[in-house]
Amino acid sequence: MSEANPPQDEIALQLTAVGYIPDRDLSTALWLMDSLQRPLLLEGEAGVGKTEVARALSQVHDTKLIRLQCYEGLDQSSALYEWNYQRQLLAIKAREGERAGDVEEEIFSEKYLLERPLLAAIRQPAAPVLLIDEVDRADEEFEAFLLELLSDFQVSIPELGTIEATTIPRVILTSNGTRELSDALRRRCLFHYVDFPEIDREARIIQSRLPGIDTALALEIATMVNSVRREELRKSPGVAESLDWAATIAGLNIRHLADEPEKVFDTLMCLIKTAEDKSRMTREVTDRLIGKVA
Amino acid sequence: MTASNGMGTVHEFEALGAGMRVKLSGFVRLLRDNAFTIGLAETHDALKILGKGQAVRPTRLRAGLKTLFCSRQSDWEKFHELFDAYWLQHGMKSSTRISGSPQKAPAGIQALAKGPRGESKGQDPDHVERGEGSDTSEAGQTKREGASCTELLSQTDFRHITKSDDIAAAHALAERLSAKMRARLTRRMRAHRSGQRIDLRRTIHKSIAHGGTPLDLVFKRRKDKPLRLVVLLDASGSMNLYSAVFLRFMHGVLDSFREAEAFVFHTRLIHISPALKEKNAQRAMERMSILAQGSGGGTRIGESLATFNKWHAKRCITSRTCVMIVSDGYDTGSSEILGKEMQALRRRCKRIAWLNPMIGWRDYAPEAAGMQAALPFVDLFAPAHNLESLEALEPYLARI
Repeated sequence: MSEANPPQDEIALQLTAVGYIPDRDLSTALWLMDSLQRPLLLEGEAGVGKTEVARALSQVHDTKLIRLQCYEGLDQSSALYEWNYQRQLLAIKAREGERAGDVEEEIFSEKYLLERPLLAAIRQPAAPVLLIDEVDRADEEFEAFLLELLSDFQVSIPELGTIEATTIPRVILTSNGTRELSDALRRRCLFHYVDFPEIDREARIIQSRLPGIDTALALEIATMVNSVRREELRKSPGVAESLDWAATIAGLNIRHLADEPEKVFDTLMCLIKTAEDKSRMTREVTDRLIGKVA
Repeated sequence: MTASNGMGTVHEFEALGAGMRVKLSGFVRLLRDNAFTIGLAETHDALKILGKGQAVRPTRLRAGLKTLFCSRQSDWEKFHELFDAYWLQHGMKSSTRISGSPQKAPAGIQALAKGPRGESKGQDPDHVERGEGSDTSEAGQTKREGASCTELLSQTDFRHITKSDDIAAAHALAERLSAKMRARLTRRMRAHRSGQRIDLRRTIHKSIAHGGTPLDLVFKRRKDKPLRLVVLLDASGSMNLYSAVFLRFMHGVLDSFREAEAFVFHTRLIHISPALKEKNAQRAMERMSILAQGSGGGTRIGESLATFNKWHAKRCITSRTCVMIVSDGYDTGSSEILGKEMQALRRRCKRIAWLNPMIGWRDYAPEAAGMQAALPFVDLFAPAHNLESLEALEPYLARI
């Protein structure tokens, strides 16, 4: 029992090195994803950094990140593969007069196959990270198809035959919960609920992205953003917004939020995304929040 | 992969010791009772995690099992408490006390099972009755806002509307509805002789014989999808003037939909699709009366929905299903449960339409506590006191 350096801590360190600060649950999930070879389903509000996990993971393993953005009506010709019709038509014209069988064999060969993300992901020399983003936006048929692909890792193309995976990709699925996913897909995946980071973790994130920033200020900013999130706005500011805001504060040379409530109020508006929220975050409210931070 | 190989390879894990395996299976059972979706493959992988020496520290084990066993946010929130109650309250070593039965779990778990979400998991499952149920008298219930607690459904005769023109109207309407509702436009295409778009792949296949000249064009068009419909009908005393008409209506709907299910609820939920599959309307109604017999008056919408969510939702609801609840919203159960169950149902299905006969009454406002709790999760709140109002639903249902 290697108590000294358990694998999940190892992953946490690696992720931290590439600028993603994970919590313990996430590093455990990523470790299990490798050792059990299961896909990982990340759920959580928009802006908590779900997509960022995949990016960081691909950096840790130094592999490609292949991304499939899902939408309603997504079908296999845009997710898996498609034939290159223009080239096929040209080839048919160029070979006019040859035997039909030969022409057919030619135009339905690898040369004329367009790889889409899913096919590309299983044909890499080194296992890539496959990010299936917002899987809840795709419809059920696609989900069922995905389930099949994720368990077999092979694709059969009628004209060409079966293509086996050369490497099994690390699969990360994200969902915003616009539609309930099927139990089968959920069961197949490891699950991690991504929440907004706690204050000290957010402060560490700010520090890792803006290395020049003062530790105390990073903590103040994280505390402030955290309390803004508690105001039950319609659109809570995500981690990306708080990083933007931290960069702004640092750029304005503000040392403590309490020193410049005016500027804090003005810049805070870049965290707010709807008119309704804007009218709720009045000067009094921000002053009260700043008072708590200081 | 994990699911396909190594199922039942118990020897692999013999090193773990029987105690640990029994304990884990007890834990899995506890989670399943709390509505976690866990299959054999997951249990197998859990053993792998235990085998990796992660069991030495509870926090490590917890993090590992959490990501494996949870599959939605509600699981995620419950897991810690369940884990701690099961593994830590007893201490990690005392596997002798665990017989794996959640019934024997300490009070902490029982309380948990009822849970913050109030899904009444872990209680005795409220099985659906298909025959004459036992007499569950609700004598202790107090009267509340018009929901009759004493009137027995056994007296009710569903053959109240056998007036032939009413039946004919209900059936004709159901037929028209079904024609409109069955087809739902989607963006998914399929090949067709005369579609709007050219299917290039098939066209090229065909053009090879003509030296690449696409003489025969193959088109594709939108694929039709059948609508799934689940009807939940309140058959309590306060609804009894309407339920007969709706049963007729449901019979017509089930007749013309391949993917429709019908339920009746009062103090409990009854699955009536099998009875309604009877072609002869008269006989179907008779079977229905028998099914609904022997239950007390009063309505427990929340509990009935809980039963539905627990036992039927998985089978008959997909994200494309429209759930139609026909009820006046007078609930003798807790409106809190109703709200929670509506929320759970909302997550699963495409749309919820709540038809309330009372809206047709003058000066009606949805003030019943049950109605108030349910309204936030309802997409369409419409009157349904006569056939006309049902007809008015057509455009809405056609859009589903």
